[in-house]
Amino acid sequence: MAKDTAVLKSDLAQNSGQFSTFFVADLYFGVDVLRVQELLRFQQMTRVPQAPEVIEGLINLRGQIVTAIDMRRRLRLPPRAGDHTPMNMVVRTDDGAVSLLVDEIGDVLDVDPAAYERPPENLDPAARELIRGVYKLKDRLLLVLDTERTVDLAVEMTA
Amino acid sequence: MQDQDVIREFLVESHENLSSLDRAFVELEKHPKDADLLASIFRTIHTIKGTCGFLAFSTLEKIAHQAENILSQLRGGQRELTLPLVSMIFEAVDAIRKVLASIEASGEEGPDRFEKLTERLRVAAQLTADESCDSPEIQSVPSQPDPDSSVPFQTGPAALPGPLAEPADGHIASELPEGEKPEESVVKSSAVADANIRVGVGLLDKLMDLVGELVLTRNQILQFNAEREDAALNTTSQRLNLITSELQEGVMKTRMQPIGMVWNKLPRVVRDLAVSLGKQIRLDMDGAETELDRTIIEAIKDPLVHLVRNSCGHGIETPEVRVRAGKPPQGRLTLRAYHEGGQVNIEIGDDGAGIDIPRVKQKAIEKGLLRPEHAEKLSDREALNLIFQPGFSTAQTVTNVSGRGVGMDVVKSHIEKIGGVVDVFSRPGQGSTVKIKIPLTLAIIPGLVIASGGERFVIPQVSLLELIRLEAGSSEKHIEYVQGTPVYRRRGSLLPIAYLNQVLGLKPAGQAEAVSIVVLQAEDRQFGLVVDGINDTQEIVVKPLGKQLKGLTVYAGATIMGDGRVALILDVLGIGKRSGVIAEFHEQTRAAAEQKTQSEIDLQRLLLFRAGSFERLAIPLSLVARLEEFPQSAIERASGGQVVQYRNRILPLVPLRSLLEPGAPCPDPAPDPVQVVVLNDGDRSVGMVVDQILDVAEEAVAVRQKSHRAGLLGSAVVGKRVTDFVDLNAVIRLAAENWFQGAGELPNDKRILVAEASAFSRGLIRSGLEMAGYRVIEAADPDEAIRMLEQQPVDAVVASLDLPPGGTSALLAAMRARPEWEAIPVLALAESAEQVRTHGGRPMGFQDCQVKFDREAMLTSLARLASALASAVPEPVCAPVGAEGKR
Repeated sequence: MAKDTAVLKSDLAQNSGQFSTFFVADLYFGVDVLRVQELLRFQQMTRVPQAPEVIEGLINLRGQIVTAIDMRRRLRLPPRAGDHTPMNMVVRTDDGAVSLLVDEIGDVLDVDPAAYERPPENLDPAARELIRGVYKLKDRLLLVLDTERTVDLAVEMTA
Repeated sequence: MQDQDVIREFLVESHENLSSLDRAFVELEKHPKDADLLASIFRTIHTIKGTCGFLAFSTLEKIAHQAENILSQLRGGQRELTLPLVSMIFEAVDAIRKVLASIEASGEEGPDRFEKLTERLRVAAQLTADESCDSPEIQSVPSQPDPDSSVPFQTGPAALPGPLAEPADGHIASELPEGEKPEESVVKSSAVADANIRVGVGLLDKLMDLVGELVLTRNQILQFNAEREDAALNTTSQRLNLITSELQEGVMKTRMQPIGMVWNKLPRVVRDLAVSLGKQIRLDMDGAETELDRTIIEAIKDPLVHLVRNSCGHGIETPEVRVRAGKPPQGRLTLRAYHEGGQVNIEIGDDGAGIDIPRVKQKAIEKGLLRPEHAEKLSDREALNLIFQPGFSTAQTVTNVSGRGVGMDVVKSHIEKIGGVVDVFSRPGQGSTVKIKIPLTLAIIPGLVIASGGERFVIPQVSLLELIRLEAGSSEKHIEYVQGTPVYRRRGSLLPIAYLNQVLGLKPAGQAEAVSIVVLQAEDRQFGLVVDGINDTQEIVVKPLGKQLKGLTVYAGATIMGDGRVALILDVLGIGKRSGVIAEFHEQTRAAAEQKTQSEIDLQRLLLFRAGSFERLAIPLSLVARLEEFPQSAIERASGGQVVQYRNRILPLVPLRSLLEPGAPCPDPAPDPVQVVVLNDGDRSVGMVVDQILDVAEEAVAVRQKSHRAGLLGSAVVGKRVTDFVDLNAVIRLAAENWFQGAGELPNDKRILVAEASAFSRGLIRSGLEMAGYRVIEAADPDEAIRMLEQQPVDAVVASLDLPPGGTSALLAAMRARPEWEAIPVLALAESAEQVRTHGGRPMGFQDCQVKFDREAMLTSLARLASALASAVPEPVCAPVGAEGKR
């Protein structure tokens, strides 16, 4: 128990308290605003044949070539509706900028640190792999996305 | 609370000082009495000591202080430089480095006080009087330094590189001249600041990026300009173009560093190794001023050091061994660097023992990298390249270089990653040389834009050899299939073909008007890549792919095109390997080995010649009676064809050219004399007119590809070149049409069963029979012969007397046992005329017996047998004819 609170504390220490949020299916995710570089409409993408399936393609971001990862596929969720164009959330990672393709972009939230908890057991296992913790909001859970794990494709998804 | 900047400055300077100390000490060992060296070393340590004291780094100060004492004594001539002394001072230098590293990491000196070391230094400093006499002195280097061997780091300002940047900060000093050393309490920058300045690597990288962006934007402007007719835009964009190119060049130059930067820590490495291994090694460096892009220098640092360590450890022998071998006791390690053809060549050579090829093979077999039966067949070059195989080196040996276990395979992959190649040469007893070739720059390269599967890709121009376009209709003919693999005949050799759509899993193109092939080179292999379309060549900025995509070997990076979209850059070697056209080492040797065993069985001698537009034609030599030459004047016309009088007979001539290419015009002027290949067919002869006799080759022949062209049997690879085989039947038939009327001369649909164990002989017999117009069925032993007989009606059997296992008698017995076969005449073939005579002509129930390779006799006999059968009078055939009888 003591170790848990220690882990939680270090998590909190890196938060600014503000989260940029997005939806994938009916999951609600948040990424610390400090880690978000920008938000974009759907961009024209260059496919990468033979790449892992979760990689949607490459986009040109003001001269920078950014890899785009489709979050639906990353979370092993069914594909979004045909006419539904995803949005880009470009996040900063150790290796450079990576774009996450999400269903909808949500608002920027201020959260109460006290509401931070461990991920619940009954959470979808694919999602649980990629998040660090949750915030209990009034009517839903905000899943805190671990961006490093998300862009590290070696992280195995447990069935 | 110290000022961060001051500390950072201190770290950078100290690192530089220590590097120069390393070099200076190695020099000092060779010239222990050099006063200037001693003075400069002393100043360096003194500077370090002073700054440490100022910044209150007490451990550092203590170490430096003691070292300074010793150096002061050396400088003052109060003691001699000894080997243990130098080693101890090196220890001090290393200790100082460790403390500096700790300061860099945490701002503190770290827990280790190095008290033992400091104490030893202090003690050493005290033993002046006794020391100098007893301990072994440093010998000056026995051999005189050659005037032309570059003594490192004394070469003067222009060539002298700055020390290797080690701190995380990575400051590059541009060309600090070592020559003028200002006074002791120096801040280095003052004397040299005017000519050079220090620039952070980060800033240079940023400049490089910006220039890259500028290049892309310039490309876009040029594209717009091309689409418009605006004079003002035109001139401005041309100007922009020029300026951008020059700027690009200039910025790339700033990133260029002399390779000496990497080399300058090598003398220390070599010296330490030599001491610890008890060897004497001299390091010569030539071309330290050769410049490379910074990124390349980073990439080759580790491999170079590893190679040098290898040479010291495994290459150069101990002095005793060398003397015994008649070599000077001091080994020589030579580093060379020079520009050539847009690439940088780096050579690391030693005059040591060379690479022990048998041992390499042994080791490879042990590691499962080589099959024992292939070991014999490897060329020396292939054997040497075994050392680059992954798994070859014992990765257990962790070197001090980088803390990681490194092997030659890692060296190779490091070098290949930056687009270079590495090769090793060796002469046993004399030494070995590793040669590395790397492209000058990575970041901006010319590339060819191609399209495939609806996507655009870029191929680096450096890998591009040629572009080939095959128009529709002809593409069928030109991309051929050899054993299921698509190939293309390119100037006499077969080029393996890969389809980019297939390699990348893209949708294939529909029926296009033309097929585009890009001929590429990777390592030393060439192959053709079929793409949907070829666009133009552009200068592109190479951007690396993110780590999620780094594992894809088919891509070398990505770039942004003129229209702003991203395009992937293909990795030619990756594509080649992925498509299988570049076979792995093992495959090659295995295939070669298999091929060799095959060929041993089925060698045939072939006559090679050329006719018309067919550069290379062949027929089995055994079917050739003679090669003749006739002057044009001897050729006469008769019965609608050409003939020539020959040996009291009339020889009909068949111009092969008109058979293969009917309607083609005759060459003008007609060749004189005319080359004729005389073929015998029973009693008759035919002269086949060719353009030129080329050669006789001995090859295993398996016709690889059937031909649909009249006059050709098919094609196969002979003497490494695709060769067409002439259908002699067609030649004879043509002659017959022209000349021989008369029925029944050509027994066209008689079936002969040839029973003969040796495939080679069987083939010969078969060719002979087929040429005469018979249909041939083959069997290798009596059982098979029986099976064949059961399957189809046979008109006659030609069987070898020594047919194993039961011998021909078994076959005969079986045949006689069946009523339907009883009447089939059997012609026995004996090995020699003796055998024929021994058996008295009709041994054991054969109708006849001839010598195996007397084709004429065989054919004559067969004709007689066959016609005898046809006339349904089973008359016994006449006495045998020996080989001599016929001709």
